[in-house]
Amino acid sequence: MLQYIVKRFLMMIITLLIIVTLTFILMHSVPGSPFNEERGTNATIQANLEAHYHLDEPLYVQYFIYLKSIVTFDFGPSIKQPTSSVNDLLSRGFPISLELGLVSITVAIISGILLGIIAALRHNGMIDYIAMTIAVLGISIPNFILATQLIQTFAVYFKILPAATWSSPMHMILPTLALATGPMAIIARLTRSSMLEVLTQDYIKMAKAKGLSPVKIVFKHALKNALMPVVTILGTLLAGILTGTFVLEQIFAIPGMGKYFVESINTRDYPVIMGTTVFYSAFLILMLFLVDVVYGLLDPRIKLHTKEGES
Amino acid sequence: MEKILNVKDLHVSFKTYGGEVQAVRGVDFHLEKGETLAIVGESGCGKSVTSNSIMRLIPSPPGKITKGSISYRGQDLTQATEKQMRKIRGLDISMIFQDPMTALNPTLTIGSQLIEGLLQHKPVSKKEAKLKALRMMDLVGIPNPEERMKQYPHQFSGGMRQRIVIAMALICDPDLLIADEPTTALDVTIQAQILELFERIQEKTGVSIILITHDLGVVAKIADRIAVMYAGKIIEVGTKREIFYNPQHPYTQGLLKSVPRLDLREDTLIPIEGTPPDLFAPPEGCPFTARCPFAMEVCDKIYPFHSKLTATHNVECWLQDERGKRVAASAIASK
Ligand SMILES: Nc1ncnc2c1ncn2[C@@H]1O[C@H](COP(=O)(O)OP(=O)(O)OP(=O)(O)O)[C@@H](O)[C@H]1O
Ligand code: SF4
Ligand SMILES: [Mg+2]
Repeated sequence: MLQYIVKRFLMMIITLLIIVTLTFILMHSVPGSPFNEERGTNATIQANLEAHYHLDEPLYVQYFIYLKSIVTFDFGPSIKQPTSSVNDLLSRGFPISLELGLVSITVAIISGILLGIIAALRHNGMIDYIAMTIAVLGISIPNFILATQLIQTFAVYFKILPAATWSSPMHMILPTLALATGPMAIIARLTRSSMLEVLTQDYIKMAKAKGLSPVKIVFKHALKNALMPVVTILGTLLAGILTGTFVLEQIFAIPGMGKYFVESINTRDYPVIMGTTVFYSAFLILMLFLVDVVYGLLDPRIKLHTKEGES
Repeated sequence: MEKILNVKDLHVSFKTYGGEVQAVRGVDFHLEKGETLAIVGESGCGKSVTSNSIMRLIPSPPGKITKGSISYRGQDLTQATEKQMRKIRGLDISMIFQDPMTALNPTLTIGSQLIEGLLQHKPVSKKEAKLKALRMMDLVGIPNPEERMKQYPHQFSGGMRQRIVIAMALICDPDLLIADEPTTALDVTIQAQILELFERIQEKTGVSIILITHDLGVVAKIADRIAVMYAGKIIEVGTKREIFYNPQHPYTQGLLKSVPRLDLREDTLIPIEGTPPDLFAPPEGCPFTARCPFAMEVCDKIYPFHSKLTATHNVECWLQDERGKRVAASAIASK
């Protein structure tokens, strides 16, 4: 087990290094600089500013300065908001984004699985058709369109829910709905099809032949097996939720990390771009690792450490 | 002898897009306490559908018992509610399936799968259930049961898994065990071991067994009586002696000729030519007509009557009927 974890961590660090390098290259290949459009900067001031932020150094020197900042986890001050460090921005914005993301993925997982189970058990019935119609809609409508529709309907027309910000549970409903619907639909469809497949397995017939109740059969024998494919796509869904927060935080004016991130790209605020990317990449990589651990826990055939012989 | 199961005129159909498949078309048989009845026949003749009907495990829709009765200790199972059936399944009647590799849930430990049936049916504590499970594992010949209970199915070989499935089926001490091709998926040496296990268990517990197979070798070893099925009907039934030494139905005779025997040379193995009829539109007469070397004019028009040769030996073939004999004789005479 320990060996596996060490190996995984090494892989994670290499992955992160690649992401950091790519981001660095991409960032600097986009024309522009943080000071381009600043009014009243003459050449000297600009040169001074660039020197201050090491922007006058050769790229590879800048690259190593970034690497050092990552290792020490100190990304320095934001260029555009010199009073806050990148770490300040992260500690201010990330908890809000995390809350939005966690609430959404939880809602998506629970409702998606329930919807999938019900659809599978009422296979080809009315409920199945309704659930799957919702699912197809949920998958095909992008979250930003859904978000504007939700605002239009519930905030502007019916005036029953607030249109923006993240200040109370009521405020959370629309953003969560917008962000959770897509993943929920994907989970529901996957749960349904995998549940249907599992229900035809011999061990389900065996469980019936033992006289077990339908509830026991579904929840003890079928669900765990049916959820395996769902767990494998959880990583992808998490990544989707994560990028989704960037977009939805803009739409709903939620002061999360996504807002700072998008701003930083527009203004070429290099330290913020780098800091956020590294932080989010590390977060996502860690989540993917956790997903693998969960999968290993669900399926006894997968052992994270040693191979087990047949006997 | 006490009859524990009596199946009368059982009809089972499946509604499919292509029409109605009449998988079982009037099956009669009974089972006495402590005996082993083998049901043999080619693939698709309705063996599994018959046994699944007894457990009421026919997928419905599309399947339906359209006619007949299955009486178990006086109760008609075709009329039982799902709730009543749940009490019977596993407790009174148990079932073993063909493929032990897929019959066990890969994500649950052997122990938890073993005891759940017991916990479902009997007022026992988890601890008592575990003790019983250990005894069952011992009975079916699994070494280190204590340790093995905590393991998962993938840690066992095919033969071992089938032993576990058998232990699972017997844990509530059922009266009747239905084994649907329990050895087909196993190696020959393991097959023999499992058959011996069946014999030993029957001796110990007195359980009645319905053994479904298309392997007459298996039948020769452990059956008391044999029912031969063809195209959804039982066309001949008798004791093992009667069927092996005095088969009367041409299909049974063909089946016996197609069994490889150690004392005969390879080239004497004669498979039955042709294929069974389409069960979407089964023939009105004898379904074996197209393949039967003795077929007469009457055969494909009217289904042969039931002929009782001895108290235990029944056959459905015009050759056994007095009128059929006359037709046959005149047909031969006119040639
Ligand atoms: N769920 C189903 N839907 C439609 N037809 C079915 C279904 N189950 C069985 N049948 C049909 O019923 C007939 C009998 O099938 P059954 O499984 O009882 O055969 P069997 O004698 O057990 O054969 P095998 O030796 O291959 O197991 C077959 O023709 C099959 O096509
Ligand atoms: S009834 Fe006729 S066709 Fe059928 S087995 Fe007997 S002789 Fe052959
Ligand atoms: Mg079968």
